[in-house]
Amino acid sequence: MMTLDQIPLGAPARITRVDWDALVPEEAQRLQALGLDEGADVQLAYRGVFMTRDPLAVEVGRMTVALRRIHARAMQVELVPEPVSGAGA
Amino acid sequence: MSRKPGVVALVGNPNAGKSALFNALTGARQKIANYPGVTVERKAGRMLLPNGEPIEVVDLPGTYGLDTTSPDEEVTRRVIMGEQPGQVQPDVLVIVLDASNLEQHLVLAQEVIALGRPSVVALNMVDLAERDGLVLDPGALASELGVPVIATVAVRRRGLDDLATAVAAARAMSEAGPPQPRARLTMPERRMMARTMARGAILSETAVHRLHARLDRVLLHPWLGPPILFALLFVVFQAVFSWAKPVQEALDGLFSAGSAWLRAEMAPSLLRDLITDGVIAGVGSVIVFLPQILVLFFFILVMEATGYMARAAFLMDRMMAGVGLSGRSFIPLLSSFACAVPGIMSTRSITDPRDRLTTILIAPMMTCSARLPVYAVIIAAFIPARQVLPGVGLQGLVLLALYAMGIVGAMGAALVLRRSITRGAASGFIMELPKYQLPTVKDLALGLFQRAWIFLRRAGTMIFTVAIVLWLLLNFPRAAPGQDQVNASIAGHIANGLAVVVEPIGFNRDIALTLIPTMAAREVAVSSLATTYAVGSNDEAARAVGLADQLKRHWSLATALAFLAWFVFAPQCMSTIAVTRRETNGWKWPAFMLGYLFGLAYVFAGAVYWIAVAAGLG
Repeated sequence: MMTLDQIPLGAPARITRVDWDALVPEEAQRLQALGLDEGADVQLAYRGVFMTRDPLAVEVGRMTVALRRIHARAMQVELVPEPVSGAGA
Repeated sequence: MSRKPGVVALVGNPNAGKSALFNALTGARQKIANYPGVTVERKAGRMLLPNGEPIEVVDLPGTYGLDTTSPDEEVTRRVIMGEQPGQVQPDVLVIVLDASNLEQHLVLAQEVIALGRPSVVALNMVDLAERDGLVLDPGALASELGVPVIATVAVRRRGLDDLATAVAAARAMSEAGPPQPRARLTMPERRMMARTMARGAILSETAVHRLHARLDRVLLHPWLGPPILFALLFVVFQAVFSWAKPVQEALDGLFSAGSAWLRAEMAPSLLRDLITDGVIAGVGSVIVFLPQILVLFFFILVMEATGYMARAAFLMDRMMAGVGLSGRSFIPLLSSFACAVPGIMSTRSITDPRDRLTTILIAPMMTCSARLPVYAVIIAAFIPARQVLPGVGLQGLVLLALYAMGIVGAMGAALVLRRSITRGAASGFIMELPKYQLPTVKDLALGLFQRAWIFLRRAGTMIFTVAIVLWLLLNFPRAAPGQDQVNASIAGHIANGLAVVVEPIGFNRDIALTLIPTMAAREVAVSSLATTYAVGSNDEAARAVGLADQLKRHWSLATALAFLAWFVFAPQCMSTIAVTRRETNGWKWPAFMLGYLFGLAYVFAGAVYWIAVAAGLG
């Protein structure tokens, strides 16, 4: 089982399950509002500065969202073989 | 036709380009105030409908939904619902969408449209969408949403007339009948719909290498990003000093010339002294710092408008996490380098309350622009202008050390506060990184003008008053012949008491005297020292001697260094205290802030003084 913080940079993935109970309620609501929810197609764009692995920048649709590893760990993902693009999906 | 003036409200996600649209619609005539009882800014302006009728435009705080998580979002919800005291319910809602982020922004749009209020959608920033290779069909979106959709580019003034026409039409409709609420969908349903609608509105999509992705590859690079940020900050602070200098010197010359002219033209009298020593010396010494403040705000506004500020927050998050804060605190703290008041006000974007309180409490330690006058005068007087390395002067190094002391102090305080008073679950960091955008000259100019106006109003009212009051306190009662005027004055007597307290940290009585009016604002220290030494010297020759020489005559180097250390921490700013009270809803936290910062100031100034004395600099 992979979580959002573990996928390789730039690899298209889909969020399959989110352990909302592991998150502070307001933060869970904020993540949802930003589109980080079950079924969302995501890509990990950046991971940390210098040697750290925190924070993360995640692309959701056409938006980039910064979050911490602790949030990403609550999100299970699966890799999507083909990049989903445009109306064809 | 005796209708009351109509109200239009702009609603949208953060980063939808709402403010740019607001500026484009209303021009420079804006009223900025707070909603009664809350600390949320109310921005209102006026636009003309096609028939020439004026209508009020209100820019609501950005929100992701009507289930609110912050006070700002709550105001947006209440205004839309007509529940906000002091604000009539808007006749028409203009829902502002980022054209290149429809999937996300249509979620809020559906929620707002479902309320059944007369609504118009502004499909904003279509030019940026086109840059991303995205061609959209506003018509398709309009038929899906059931409200008019107008394509706009706020910064290029595209689509504004069409928007005004649509607003007028929607308003006419609102008078025809009551709102008709539609079925409310659940969040996942709205998200699904948003995705479908966004796809339906896209005419063509070419895979252009998006500019922001390319820029981020460098600017958010784990190894390149932070050095670029630091280099940028270095340039900013260099510019604050070097760009502003010629203007500053010109202003300074202007005030000296004015003062000299008055001295020559007017007969010697108390009134003449009040004008030259009180008003011109006091207010003038503060106004000369306007250029520096403008340069600093210029950079902060550019960083905000381009979208780089959010990247800075991303890059700094790890470091801020080290002291229990998040990258979100970086923006308020960086703003506090200009002024703690806007800095503390911008902590509203921090969602965690303990995180926010900690940031408010440490913000005054960031070296604000009001300290610059004080630092500049003392450094110029006491630190020799010597080159330490090619291009690196000793004066600049001392200034850098003062900035560093403030930062280290703030980080230390955050660490201690997060482990004691504001202890709690580690705060998170969730933030949208907006697309890069070129700032418009108009928006920047408007922002700078508003900052300059706030500063000048302060100089014109509070600092003007303080300068006069201080001059009066220093000049009355009049000294008997042969007696020193400062010693005989009311201020002199107050200072005598305070001097006992500050003597152990190397402060003389003149400094004690200065600290009293400086409670109003730090920059007053310069004008009040200028006034003190101008009044204290009796003959014209001594008056001609500049403040720097006066200081060198009366202070030791150790005292000067202690004075600098004091100002790194001392919370001597009425506005900061007032805004802290407002933002924390009570006197408890401002009182705490005063206590701990004065404590730190006393300890550090004392330490610096005694170390300097031990080193033979006394």
